[in-house]
Parts: sequence; structure tokens; C-alpha cells
Amino acid sequence: MSEMGARGVVVGHGTLAMGMVDAVRRIAGIDEDALVALSNEGKSPDALRDELARIVGTGSVVVFTDMHAGSCAVAARVACRSGGQRAVVCGVNLPMLIEFAFHRSDPLEELVPRLVEQGRSTITAHLPHADPPISG
Amino acid sequence: MPILLFRVDERLIHGQVVIGWGSQLHPDRYVVVDDDLAGSEWEQDLYRLTVGDGNEVSFLRVEQARQRVLEWMSSDERTMLLTRDLDSMLRLARNRLLDGKSVNLGGIHHGKGRKMVRSYLYLDDADRGCVRALDEEGVCVVGRDLPGSLKVGLADLLEE
Repeated sequence: MSEMGARGVVVGHGTLAMGMVDAVRRIAGIDEDALVALSNEGKSPDALRDELARIVGTGSVVVFTDMHAGSCAVAARVACRSGGQRAVVCGVNLPMLIEFAFHRSDPLEELVPRLVEQGRSTITAHLPHADPPISG
Repeated sequence: MPILLFRVDERLIHGQVVIGWGSQLHPDRYVVVDDDLAGSEWEQDLYRLTVGDGNEVSFLRVEQARQRVLEWMSSDERTMLLTRDLDSMLRLARNRLLDGKSVNLGGIHHGKGRKMVRSYLYLDDADRGCVRALDEEGVCVVGRDLPGSLKVGLADLLEE
């Protein structure tokens, strides 16, 4: 792991990843190199895997995908298959990425469960006249 | 129940197939016909993650699939059949095995020598040759990424 911590890659459909990374930078001020976005738009499976593998590189990396399955998730699992300090987290949301921005220096073994918990716990819904709110 | 969808898509089982088409067609089974994937268990596991527990996913070589197509067509189970390239679908269709069926081209992406037909569909000379050959085998070939999209007919697919 670098002195600053793990790097993050968000992989998603269309412009979702770009929008999320842009939002995290605006909220948490994370460095450009520390969290990058990748879209599957117009890319064959091989092209997406190759580009993701290039971005993942070496070192400690968390790859976030929008869905738990599909072309982005498949590419992420292939890119991280060789093991090492790599993790795939599916179902990314903004609170999860902000948590990553502030805690990416933690060891992956502690960081990843923390991200999943943050992502789940910040999903809530409020129905009219219902109490308490529905939460993840 | 006939096979609900024959589709050529480089991504094989992915969101557009499972959510876009699956929510309309409600398949019980996905059959992936691919000579390489049929021998790669770890890659098969990746694709199995995409579908729910209630769906069966099979990976077969083209020759194996040719032995099973008629069985699937007459089965009560609803099947969606996928290949990741046109050549595999053509080999499956040889000797008019898919005569009268429709094959959906749902995702062939940009590559060297390929010309854009639609944003999700790029074809080169070899691809167009496969489309022509499928047509000669009695198969109706259409481009269409999602159920709500307009179909792309043979003339547009073959335009160079």
C-alpha cells in the first residue's frame, strides 16, 4: 500500500462512474489519482478488461462496480483475480465512496467491510405516516 | 416452449440481457454456446453470478449445443441462447438447424475494421459474411439491443 493508502476505481454503465467520482471529489476533495472512473460504454468485454487492468496496475486497489454482476463486475473480478491487495466491492453508492476517501489508508481487511457497512447503513426510505424509516 | 431468444452479444450474460430481456421473456435457463468458455469453469462462475439462483446456466461447445437445440425447443423450460460472436451462431445454425428462427444481434463492439451500424453494433466484412450465411440458412437476423429498441433489418446490417 502506498503511504496515502489504497487507490479506488469506479466502474459503471454509461456516465455513472464519472458522476460519482466527480461528486466525491467535490465533497471529500480526494486526489485525482486516488479515485478514478471508468465507463463500459462502447467497450467490448476484452477492451474493458484491458483498460481496467491497466488502471488497477500494482499496489492496493479497491474496484467499485455499479451492479453485482454484468460486464463491469465481470471485468472487475477478472482484473482482481490475481490476488494481492485487491478487492471488488459491488453496488457502489456515494456514502461508500466518501468513506473510502477518508479511510483508504486502512488495511483492506478492515477497509472493505467498513465500506460495505457504510454503503448498506446509509440506505433509508421514508414512507408517509410510517415510523421508523426503512433502512438497509 | 421454443427458445425465447437467440442472441449474439460479446458480453454474453450481463445486465441488458438479464434485466432488459429477462424481465420481458422470463427465461428459466440461459444457454451460452462458446467453445472456449465451455472449458473454463472460473469464467463460467463469473457469468453465473449475473443470474439469480432460480435460473439454470449452461455452457456448451457449438457441437454439443447442436445436439441439444431441438430438445430445448420442445422443452417446457424457457431458454435464452447466447453466443459472443457471429461465427459461433452460424456454426450452430448450419444445415438449417435454426430455419425460420430469428437471431438478435445485441452487442458487437468497435474493433479494427469494424463499421458502426448502431452504437451497440459494429460489423466488419467477416461479420457481414456470417450475417449473409445465416440468412441463407433460413435465419432472420435483426439488430436490437433492448426489447423496446427499433429493429435493424438485414439491408442495414449488410450495408458496407
